Amino acid sequence: MTSTGIGAPVRRKEDQRFITGQGRYTDDLARPGQAHAAFVRSPYAHARIKSIDTSAAAAMPGVVAILTGDDLAADKIGGLICGWMIHSKDGTPMKAGPHPALAQGKVRYVGDQVAVVVAETLAQARDAAEAVEVDYEPLPAVVDTAKARGAGAVVHDEAPDNVVYEWHLGEKGATEAAFARAKHVTTLDITNNRLVPNPIETRAAIGEYDAGTGGYTLYTTSQNPHLARLVLSAFIGIAPEHQLRVIAPDVGGGFGSKIFIYAEETVCVWAAKKVGRPVKWTSDRTEAFLADAHGRDHVTRAQMAVDENGKIIGLRVHTVANLGAYLSTFSSSVPTYLYAPLLSGQYDIPAIYAEVDGVYTNTAPVDAYRGAGRPEATYVVERLVEVTARQLGMDPAKFRKKNYIKRFPHQTPVIMNYDIGDYAASLEKAMEIADVKGFGKRKRESAKRGKLRGMGYSSYIEACGIAPSQAVGSLGAGIGLWESAEVRVNPTGSIEVLTGSHSHGQGHETTFAQLVADRLGVPIETVNIVHGDTDKVQFGMGTYGSRSGAVGMSAISKAIDKVIAKGKKVAAYALEASEGDIEFEGGRFKVAGTDRSLAFGEVSLQAYIAHKFTGQDLEPGLKEGAFYDPTNFTFPAGVHICEVEIDPDTGVTRIDRFTAVDDFGVVINPMIVEGQVHGGIAQGVGQALMEGAIYDESGQLVTASYMDYQMPRAGDLPSFQVGMTSTPCPSNPLGIKGCGEAGAIAAPPAVMNAITDALGHEDIAMPATPRAVWHAVRRAAPAIAAE
Amino acid sequence: MAIVSMTVNGKAVTADIDPRTLLVQFLREHLRLTGTHVGCDTSQCGACVVHMNGAAVKACTTLALQADGAAVTTIEGLADGADLHPMQAAFREHHGLQCGYCTPGMIMTAVDMVNRLGGDLSEETIRAELEGNICRCTGYHNIVRAVETGAKAMAGGEPVRQAAE
Repeated sequence: MTSTGIGAPVRRKEDQRFITGQGRYTDDLARPGQAHAAFVRSPYAHARIKSIDTSAAAAMPGVVAILTGDDLAADKIGGLICGWMIHSKDGTPMKAGPHPALAQGKVRYVGDQVAVVVAETLAQARDAAEAVEVDYEPLPAVVDTAKARGAGAVVHDEAPDNVVYEWHLGEKGATEAAFARAKHVTTLDITNNRLVPNPIETRAAIGEYDAGTGGYTLYTTSQNPHLARLVLSAFIGIAPEHQLRVIAPDVGGGFGSKIFIYAEETVCVWAAKKVGRPVKWTSDRTEAFLADAHGRDHVTRAQMAVDENGKIIGLRVHTVANLGAYLSTFSSSVPTYLYAPLLSGQYDIPAIYAEVDGVYTNTAPVDAYRGAGRPEATYVVERLVEVTARQLGMDPAKFRKKNYIKRFPHQTPVIMNYDIGDYAASLEKAMEIADVKGFGKRKRESAKRGKLRGMGYSSYIEACGIAPSQAVGSLGAGIGLWESAEVRVNPTGSIEVLTGSHSHGQGHETTFAQLVADRLGVPIETVNIVHGDTDKVQFGMGTYGSRSGAVGMSAISKAIDKVIAKGKKVAAYALEASEGDIEFEGGRFKVAGTDRSLAFGEVSLQAYIAHKFTGQDLEPGLKEGAFYDPTNFTFPAGVHICEVEIDPDTGVTRIDRFTAVDDFGVVINPMIVEGQVHGGIAQGVGQALMEGAIYDESGQLVTASYMDYQMPRAGDLPSFQVGMTSTPCPSNPLGIKGCGEAGAIAAPPAVMNAITDALGHEDIAMPATPRAVWHAVRRAAPAIAAE
Repeated sequence: MAIVSMTVNGKAVTADIDPRTLLVQFLREHLRLTGTHVGCDTSQCGACVVHMNGAAVKACTTLALQADGAAVTTIEGLADGADLHPMQAAFREHHGLQCGYCTPGMIMTAVDMVNRLGGDLSEETIRAELEGNICRCTGYHNIVRAVETGAKAMAGGEPVRQAAE
């Protein structure tokens, strides 16, 4: 391992600009002549729009234009789309209502866009937006996931009972048979609380139109600019794909919420041509709460069947998933194909059956948030496993170990073929780091101080490296999920890598450069990673689903292979040797068995001056591209152990220690990978202890600021104990599995298993706020475990 | 409109502004110092922290007019030319940032923390003192390490060790 190669904790190349205030986020950009947009949003969860009177607002200072849904319709601008078709178990396609970028006829959640005001200054736009008079006829609203089906309020006429789909996966008959012969059945009612992703940079967009060329530019906070361009072109119909440039510059966190193609950026691009000026919008924080896609929001009944030997023989779930008022870009796939295929967890379970009902409600759209479906599945499985062990009187670690999958590859009953893993290795290492042996003593010490101590495990698995295009296509995806790369070697030997992945905190500018430096033997300083601009970078699929390492870097690796192959040809001419005799090693092209060699930079110069060969023998230049389509998902897995201490007088839960041992396969930069684990755990702890998006009965979001929606602060968390095990992934050339979502997936059940261990009963739901814990401490354990 | 004058990163500035202009808007839009960010509008997240007359303030809830006559330092004014401030170097060395958006506010808060409390800071103190700064990426683990190191370097004048890039 070199100091900058694969496996080295290289300090990040991108940090210089961020620590000196020179980062360039969308809102930092000011385009010449730009005007500012403010959206008029619905104050009602559900209402008919009787009329919109813009006359008073239009007369206000600085107002350039006020546009409504009627203007969109007149310009034949299409609605926002959902890109994953789910079929119900009866074979019928999901029932999706239209999703106009500005409301047409009806509003369906608080925050729904009704009109946009474009003005000279932001203050003027906001003032005028306040003066737009919308006459609403309020309608009954439904907000509760469990009560959505058949509610009095019908969100979309296309789904008269508010049910978008009734989907299923697995074998019903085999599962019922397993339950019929079970010695023990565990039943849990589980709520997976609704979350708001909350990257600290809110969404922003600048739309621009060049009347001379007819081209549009959109600067936006996107995790996948090419996908945004494709949707805005092919489906929404704003501009032909080749006439629309999408630039996602520095992006301040995404966590899934910046995957989607939203109304606001659509409107900014469209409005730019209408007003003949760049149009800029930046979300304020409350708008972000109202209009960013939320995450999770499942209500589930889950059951686990166990035989007389303590072996899990069946699992079944019925989940109702809240999809919000409109189907966001990937919303339909999250509680279906990103959820149920993970219900086998790390366990050898012969029969699994999952039913999922997706429902409309008068709430913000719900879509992927860090982990997306996999945290929900892991929460179900790991709560069931822990409670089953408790009910059987077995040690939860031993019960897990007994039921772990031990031979690979392993075909689960729910689609996934796990390629490799060693779950017991992670468990043992985590137990050692967490000092599980000393827990009893610590618990007694806590008890002496009047405190309740508990410990909880989470043996999670996730499917990452999303995803083989053929596989996802067969499951209803409208797109393929390969990745692209181009490696451009300059005459001087410096290198630009153009990647379809997008970095919004992951550190690609460093890790991707490490790969190139390692493989080509060049200094890391001479490698530049280019991403986030559709005019520079070939079509690519973007960053989500922990895919940038496993898929994005594999594409780069493939392109590097081609660069080396071409370099050998060039070197053969330059060294007057046979191509077959050229070896590439340590950054030099060598003639085997001789001392004749050329440095990488000498070969790149030869490739461009092309003096030693004719263009007929060999094309000049050294630039190669690749598209890499994975052959399987990757399966990062690990064990997290949480230990809590509860103050029964206040209900405050303190995380005393949190241990994570993860198997991510090959790790490019352990410093960055550990950072991803830390951040994921923090979000998972947030879900377990404090976060929750709360709508009141009328559909008002009462947690719409940082004063109302609690996220972890430094004082809420301990330092984490992070360890690694490694079984390299066999399905991609680098052996990478992906690490971005693990913490958020693993942590919630670890925390809740610890809290319920401390409480001595299962009767508490996330978020386990001090109030909830205080009440739970005072409740006796109910006869049937419920949460 | 109203006239406001202040010193920003050592330079005197005067402007005629809408009286409701926030300090952060003044810095970002009038002076184009975009390193100071807005994250929450409600003084919770601290992405907007700058120093006003040597003390940390949240620029998203300070009117520019409140800074009239003041000396303001932003993240852009922290480094000494090409030499990073020790706290900046410590954030880089300890991977105390991911997306970078909260980072300027974190660093300005950390520097203020050391100015007030000295360079020997316990983990508990650092975590408590970061109450007004939210990071959604790092889980704070490495931020705490960075502040510990940066604080020692500020107090002792020791440069933060630079690893290979």
